[in-house]
Amino acid sequence: MAEPLPVLEMTGIVKEFPGVRALSGVDFRLFPGEIHALLGENGAGKSTLIKVLTGVHSLDGGTITLSGTTVRFASPSQAQQAGVSTVYQEVNLCPNLSVAENIFIGREPTRFGRIQWKRLRREAAELVDRLGLDIDVTAPLSSYPLAVQQLVAIVRSVGTGDADGQGAGTKVLILDEPTSSLDRDEVLELFALMRRLKDEGVAILFVSHFLDQIYEVCDRMTVLRNGTLVGEHMVRDLDQVGLVQLMIGKALDQLEELHDQQLHSDVGELLLKADGLGRVGGIAPFDLEIKKGEVIGLAGLLGSGRTELARLLFGADHPDSGKLTIGGKQVSMSAPNDAIAAGVAFCSENRKTEGLVPDLTVRENIILALQATRGWTRPIPVAQRDELVAKYIKALDIRPANPEARVGQLSGGNQQKVLLARWLITQPKLLILDEPTRGIDIGAKAEIQKLVVSLSEEGMAVLYIAAELEEVLRLSHTIGVLRDRKLVAQLANGPEITTTRILETIASGEHQ
Amino acid sequence: MSTTTQRPTAADSRTTGKAARVLGDRRLPVLVTAGLFLVMYGVGLSRYQNYGFAEAQVFLNLFIDNSYLLVAAVGATFVILSGGIDLSVGSVIGFTTMFTAWLVERQGLPIVVVIPMALAVGAFGGFLMGYVIQNFEIQPFIVTLAGLFLFRGLCLVISKESISIGDASVSSMAQTQVSLGGAFLSIGAIVALVVLAAAFYVLHYTRFGRRVYAIGGNEQSALLMGLPQGGTKIAVYTMSGFCSALAGLLFTLYIQSGDPLHATGMELDAIAAVVIGGTLLTGGSGYVIGTLFGVLVLGLIKSLIQFEGTLSSWWTKIATGVLLCAFILIQRAMTSRRKT
Repeated sequence: MAEPLPVLEMTGIVKEFPGVRALSGVDFRLFPGEIHALLGENGAGKSTLIKVLTGVHSLDGGTITLSGTTVRFASPSQAQQAGVSTVYQEVNLCPNLSVAENIFIGREPTRFGRIQWKRLRREAAELVDRLGLDIDVTAPLSSYPLAVQQLVAIVRSVGTGDADGQGAGTKVLILDEPTSSLDRDEVLELFALMRRLKDEGVAILFVSHFLDQIYEVCDRMTVLRNGTLVGEHMVRDLDQVGLVQLMIGKALDQLEELHDQQLHSDVGELLLKADGLGRVGGIAPFDLEIKKGEVIGLAGLLGSGRTELARLLFGADHPDSGKLTIGGKQVSMSAPNDAIAAGVAFCSENRKTEGLVPDLTVRENIILALQATRGWTRPIPVAQRDELVAKYIKALDIRPANPEARVGQLSGGNQQKVLLARWLITQPKLLILDEPTRGIDIGAKAEIQKLVVSLSEEGMAVLYIAAELEEVLRLSHTIGVLRDRKLVAQLANGPEITTTRILETIASGEHQ
Repeated sequence: MSTTTQRPTAADSRTTGKAARVLGDRRLPVLVTAGLFLVMYGVGLSRYQNYGFAEAQVFLNLFIDNSYLLVAAVGATFVILSGGIDLSVGSVIGFTTMFTAWLVERQGLPIVVVIPMALAVGAFGGFLMGYVIQNFEIQPFIVTLAGLFLFRGLCLVISKESISIGDASVSSMAQTQVSLGGAFLSIGAIVALVVLAAAFYVLHYTRFGRRVYAIGGNEQSALLMGLPQGGTKIAVYTMSGFCSALAGLLFTLYIQSGDPLHATGMELDAIAAVVIGGTLLTGGSGYVIGTLFGVLVLGLIKSLIQFEGTLSSWWTKIATGVLLCAFILIQRAMTSRRKT
């Protein structure tokens, strides 16, 4: 059977930035009514390709054809008018306006310049309904959680057609990592919406770091590596191992090694003890013991209290009840400074807003926490500082290996490594990693996991928080399961513990 | 879709409790201000009943004596809703009084010719400030501060002394009373109420008005949503300049003179009225009706202090300060609740 004509065809796309060839001759095509994954490691050129397509960046070579006509968009709004809409990871809507208004603003139905509110609400409700969503369109957007706001953003971009019937209607919908801050239920809801749009004939370009999600929802995929096209495959023709090999361009030894890794049993004496520690509205009182060299994984859904627990241990939030003992001494943590002094380090899940200072250099970011432990009056000698920074850049393989590069310009994985380096340099006794592998590519992910293993072998205790259960299971000696802001179980890792078992515990909320 | 069947539970967890809904309601600050106005008016009635406070004219005088402030505050509402600030309001008002008085008295132009000229000058000043804010990406605070100095300086270029207006048509316009049963409104008050109604319509029933809210809510998003944001910002400051000039004209009618020092600091009264009326200083949330109540509350404070008789006028400022502080705290409590 002959393939239908692609709705979008990009051929020989070239994009150069000063000193870098971000895309060299990439071909990409998108068929109506398909979900197409764009894959590649960080820096492979996925974002650049999308930005070239939507008119954020100009094109240095190649052609873009949309529905048979050659196009070149000068701005995202031009692309949108032609039927190419993008929904980003961050929700770009106005939280102060109602859902209905967010869907229609800029193209409200009007009569003689007067907005027809009733019609606007009715049409928004119809659109939301047609897409199988249950959202009260009159409520302000801010009353909904992020996941729903993201769905609204998609509804908005789908309804590009003018309310008066003008405008092209969305032909191509680009979803740039929409799932990275959603929990499982929310992802399912998003997928349901994606499938519905696909059935309506919309071509969807989907970018995600979660390979399972690609296999769950996508029909076809295009793999990029270092700005070149590696291949286009039907999802059913390529298994995950093959895909990962394509993405990183080498065999999976590195990852396999981790899978088979035995957890070292060399767990030392008690390091930290929490007794009925809790905070109203944060997490119910819990008991927790962490020993030297132990990796404790926290499993639970997004919003189940994982981060809240970690923040209590770090003194970022003040506990209402209970006590905390570190190294045999009871500590009262009123600020992260006390925690740093007690040897606790915290890598925040929100590296952009809570961890790194994007405008400072790699060197300055790495040195921040160490300087804080010394106090501002005793600067670190320049030679010692440069030596330390060079050592950690090398040890963690931060790229580019340039201490003067601005952190904001690094890729996600490298930013994460800088954050890690900052805390490792203070030689903490307990390292708290909150979602250290979120939004970074699979190679960097494996490196960070290996690092966790080797750190714990050296006797550092690690509290590891991750959305992916396999990750938690692979690394942890003990797995703490959270549900509804309560630590419901602590399971000692062993052969009988599987992801299914953890899921059951999360679901039932009972220690079996 | 398997997920749609699970929807009821998901929807339950999403809808917030009733109490939280009431506290999160954007209309609440306006209602609080309206309530405050009623309470203050009630206090006035009970204390000064025998001194004529209950007369309808006392109530209507609130509109007459604050017509210019209401117009200026309506302009400021647009600016603040869009997430900006306009410090040039008082200076533009002062300049307009001078400009008008000079043209009418010294140049002998008829007032009907001068009015459109004054409005055009104010609107053009606002346009220039908006243009600079938008195209050079400079903080509105600094740009309109420059405007404040510029217009105040221009007052003195026209004349160093005040010019009183003896023109007959101006005085007759100023003294025209529009009768409402036993009491009356001035032309200025009528104009102010028309401006208020027009502003309400523009903000709630035109695309431009909704863009003002969108930009105030999240400027970056508004841009990415493809809204023509630059034009909106420039229009907002042009509108504010126009309202300031109109307020200047009303002030000229009210006081029948031009003076280089007229309306010094009135931008702050306008901003205070807007904030007391429940508009968030960070933009994106508020109602122009709230601004009306904000102005009325400020006016009522003045009246109450006048009726009290023994209090000095600076108590107006003290009361305004206390109110402003209280309302900003209420706003803070509301926004933090909305986030959780």
